Amino acid sequence: MSETRHPPVWQHRTTGKRLLMWFGWLCLVALCVLCWQIMTKDTIWAFVSDAPRQAADLGSRMIPPRWSYLERLWLPLWDTLNIATLGTLLGILFAIPVAFLAASNTTPSRVLVRPIALFIIVASRSINSLIWALLLVSIIGPGLLAGIIAIGLRSIGFVAKLLYEAIEETDILQVEAVTATGASPAQVLNYGIVPQILPAFYGISVFRWDINIRESTILGLVGAGGIGMQLQASLNTLAWPQVTMIFIVILATVVVSEWVSAKVRHIII
Amino acid sequence: MISNSNKSVVASADTSSLSQTTALNDSSTRYSTYPTSWRRPAVFFPNRWLRWGLWLLAAIWFYLAISTIDVNWVRVAEGIERGWRFIKGFLTPDFTSRWNDISTGLVESLTMTLTSTVAGVVLSVPVGIGAARNVAPTAIYYACRFIITVSRSLQEIIIAILFVAMFGFGPFAGFLTLSFATIGFLAKLLAEDIEDIDESQTEAVRATGASWLQLINYAVQPQVMPRLIGLSLYRLDINFRESAVIGIVGAGGIGATLNTAIDRYEFDSAGAILLIIIFIVMIAEYTSGFVRKWVQ
Repeated sequence: MSETRHPPVWQHRTTGKRLLMWFGWLCLVALCVLCWQIMTKDTIWAFVSDAPRQAADLGSRMIPPRWSYLERLWLPLWDTLNIATLGTLLGILFAIPVAFLAASNTTPSRVLVRPIALFIIVASRSINSLIWALLLVSIIGPGLLAGIIAIGLRSIGFVAKLLYEAIEETDILQVEAVTATGASPAQVLNYGIVPQILPAFYGISVFRWDINIRESTILGLVGAGGIGMQLQASLNTLAWPQVTMIFIVILATVVVSEWVSAKVRHIII
Repeated sequence: MISNSNKSVVASADTSSLSQTTALNDSSTRYSTYPTSWRRPAVFFPNRWLRWGLWLLAAIWFYLAISTIDVNWVRVAEGIERGWRFIKGFLTPDFTSRWNDISTGLVESLTMTLTSTVAGVVLSVPVGIGAARNVAPTAIYYACRFIITVSRSLQEIIIAILFVAMFGFGPFAGFLTLSFATIGFLAKLLAEDIEDIDESQTEAVRATGASWLQLINYAVQPQVMPRLIGLSLYRLDINFRESAVIGIVGAGGIGATLNTAIDRYEFDSAGAILLIIIFIVMIAEYTSGFVRKWVQ
């Protein structure tokens, strides 16, 4: 009866839509194949097919790790932690004003100041801390200072972006209540907005500190201090047992910092 | 005067203390029972001595940390001039004189980004399904979680070092690195998403007698697809940014060009490369936001 009017098999989309989707997928696959061919144009396939043997060779060189090397890693590790923490502090110091200038409800000028603040955020976010470190090492010389500034510059964008989003999400009622008492703009900021974003701020800071520990372990590869310097030296002398030891230390540091950050954020939020 | 009354309003709203109730009962002593000064309640560590002790420890650490920074001020003074040149190079970027190197690096980076994201997404889908507690058997769950943990705890640059040692220099090592990193990132988020799905839809599909594959296809996939697309686009953006970095250890891409430009103190070329990176990241962020809105 009425069943004959329905199609025998249920289908989610109309034929036209499905054709369009298939065409879209086809385009993606074609683009992918094209990219693959351009990318592997210069690849030496002999090396790739040789990889399992190389991996086995590398494995046999890397194991066992040289445990005695550990005692020479404590000082670089301390440096690494300092780079991450001081860099985070530096980044936060600059991120707070940038965030208030970028948030549409606190910015002094939407047409003039806000785009500049947003550009600072994008520029800082899109350039990895390793590239910042590369630049700073060539500008102010190798050492901890370059690492700290690199971490700081990278942190500005991250912290400022999350913070300005938190500022934009604040409850306007509380701000109005404080304004109604006759508070000055600075007092409105201090009593109306700051208490609302404080938990988010602590959470963001600890989160960024955790990421910075992770990133500061490798900054030494380009000469910006910390345990990465040891890694670079060991790689250059092909001392693979030492490299393994450094990887273990880095991994342990990252795991511990992640645990601390998760614990602290759990307490705060 | 204004600021004072202002503070007490905040205080009474905040602490609803005993003085407030007495003030309401006895209006003649209303003003005298209000506290004349107000101090913000401490967020952490209400004990003042503990708080000061922690500040002291922080100060000691700060002093020690600052004192271990060994700054060569002569070198820094020399560097100021170079820093100034970098800023000038950033403002007047030179796209032309190194354009061949830049375009080669850029093509490598972009192709590497796309292929590795696609490969990573394709591989992360089974891993992600396997790592979701509600659709995978226990043994597979633990195996997939292990893959995710390994992939997430190693940083891209460390994987790149190992892959360059195994597969030789060039974008192929970079492609493998980024694919590997993508698996951990996407599979973890996908698994969390699958664990959060609406179970009533799964039950409804299961009640029709659907097989496991049909269950995944008709109950799980429609619920997680918009987010999977959003995450893939986000990862595309991350992979491009990372592709600019792993070139430093020899895994191809624009990072190698940038490294060379900075090593030669050609700051105007370096500025051009950085501007291109920022520009592409901005475009990627804008388009992915647009696509995500359209998908959802």
